Amino acid sequence: MPFIANTDDDRRAMLAAIGVKNFDELINNIPASARFKGELNVPLAHSEFEVTEALRRLAGGNVSASTHVSFLGGGAYDHYVPAAVGHLLLRPEFFTAYTPYQPEVAQGTLQVIYEFQSMICELTSMYVANASMYDGGSALAEAMLMAHAATGRKKFVLSNAVHPNYRRILRTYSHGLSLTSVDVDAKAKGVTESAAVTAAIDKETAAVIVQHPNFFGNLESVHELAEIAHRQEALFIVSVDPISLAILEPPGNYGADIVVGEGQCFGGSLNYGGPYLGIFATTEKNIRRMPGRIAGVTVDAQGRRGFALTLQTREQHIRREKATSNICTNQALLATAATIYLSLMGKQGLREVAEHSTRKAHYLAEQLGTVAGCRLAFAEPFFKEFVVRLPRPASLVIAALIEKKILAGINLGQFYPGMNDHMLVAVTEKRTRTEMDSFVATLKSVLA
Amino acid sequence: MNIPENLLYTNEHEWVLLEGDVATIGITDYAQGELGDIVFVDLPQKNSYAKQMQPFGTIEAVKTVSDLYAPLSGEIIDVNASLSEKPELINTDCYKTGWLIKIKVADKSEMQNLLAPADYKAVVG
Repeated sequence: MPFIANTDDDRRAMLAAIGVKNFDELINNIPASARFKGELNVPLAHSEFEVTEALRRLAGGNVSASTHVSFLGGGAYDHYVPAAVGHLLLRPEFFTAYTPYQPEVAQGTLQVIYEFQSMICELTSMYVANASMYDGGSALAEAMLMAHAATGRKKFVLSNAVHPNYRRILRTYSHGLSLTSVDVDAKAKGVTESAAVTAAIDKETAAVIVQHPNFFGNLESVHELAEIAHRQEALFIVSVDPISLAILEPPGNYGADIVVGEGQCFGGSLNYGGPYLGIFATTEKNIRRMPGRIAGVTVDAQGRRGFALTLQTREQHIRREKATSNICTNQALLATAATIYLSLMGKQGLREVAEHSTRKAHYLAEQLGTVAGCRLAFAEPFFKEFVVRLPRPASLVIAALIEKKILAGINLGQFYPGMNDHMLVAVTEKRTRTEMDSFVATLKSVLA
Repeated sequence: MNIPENLLYTNEHEWVLLEGDVATIGITDYAQGELGDIVFVDLPQKNSYAKQMQPFGTIEAVKTVSDLYAPLSGEIIDVNASLSEKPELINTDCYKTGWLIKIKVADKSEMQNLLAPADYKAVVG
């Protein structure tokens, strides 16, 4: 958008053209009672230097994964981001937040999206992936809407070991369409029990929704849960940690109909909570119900390989209110980051990230289990995250450890009533043995 | 434009051929011409029910997707399976091999809501 000057003279000319004397007369149809009177409570003008200093001071108060040692997870992970990711992202050819307009002009951007989709398909063993969505939570909500459209059913069976924030997003999306969900409690064992899902599901169920590894870090019985869903002709929706796909069975193998996930772990910074990257993949059967954009490979009039957006007829600019979703772009910059990250890591590198994270998480879990009064809350197999039960309220322990420059974990009491002494701990490949041993020693001293 | 005399029509550009209580349904020559190259048809399951002037499926061309409206209510007793491989039959032969579904008509009085060939010609004329 061009810069358009707006000088006092310009404003006078515009007011004259309208035929009013001044700005107050222009807005005199806004009732006096609705107008703000008096002075705005904002500080007086400061110099650039003063503002920079003030902002620096404020930013200095932030606690982050670069000032503290982080064991925080719950969907946002402190994995290593190779320097090349940031450097390549800054190239102006790639520097776009969204799918560009007239996308076919930007062949390179479409090729990156195509490569991204191909990598997601390989990781998930699904037939098709879209160009990405806003984040893991909204991708899961879109999966719910898609299952509703595909089955014509309105009921969902939802494990409460799905990220609590994602479940809130599902509730928001459900509201206008009168979708309902039956929550299946997974707190007892830390996994979604098949018997509970079997009891909750019926012929009105559009989909069973689980997270794998789940919010507690534990692995779900995905084969069995998929079978239970399919027996009632419901879809099986699974929200995954994409890093885990390097070592866990791909969702396509256990019959997932829709796979979503939070892609921040693929070369994205923590960014204080966003922007993040939604991953979305599905089966061939459901391709025309999939939300979002898809880049496809084609040939031009001279037979040369090229890339184009495809299946756009599902989208809002063509189908209007009947579109599959109101998503009409993608999270282009972060999808590009993910593509660069995955290209750099390769199959072997990604497997190593997943293996290191798993081994370190298991080492730390074992060590924390030896701290007096602490024990692991669940006995299920887990990936890179686990729940510790503390002898004190988690909020107090976490606050005490922040003072020692350790971000110890997430207080589960804020999401699950009765779990105030439960703390969710995540370990990535970045955590060293020294950091983990220091965490354990510091926790001991805090609890002593 | 081809508007066969032996068929009845809807304002949404479907045609109906009634034989006994079975109605064969497709889209008109005008509709396929307006849509252009048809690439996909999403048809309902056999044994599901169609309701008069409610959507029973969608038809996708290169540039657009349109709903398909049921001219009559009743059980869908057959769907044209060859369209999943060859949706272009609708472009080349919309009144014969490009048919969409067959309905067992539930209420013949609904016929009065359909258009005679001359009336449909006036709609698209």
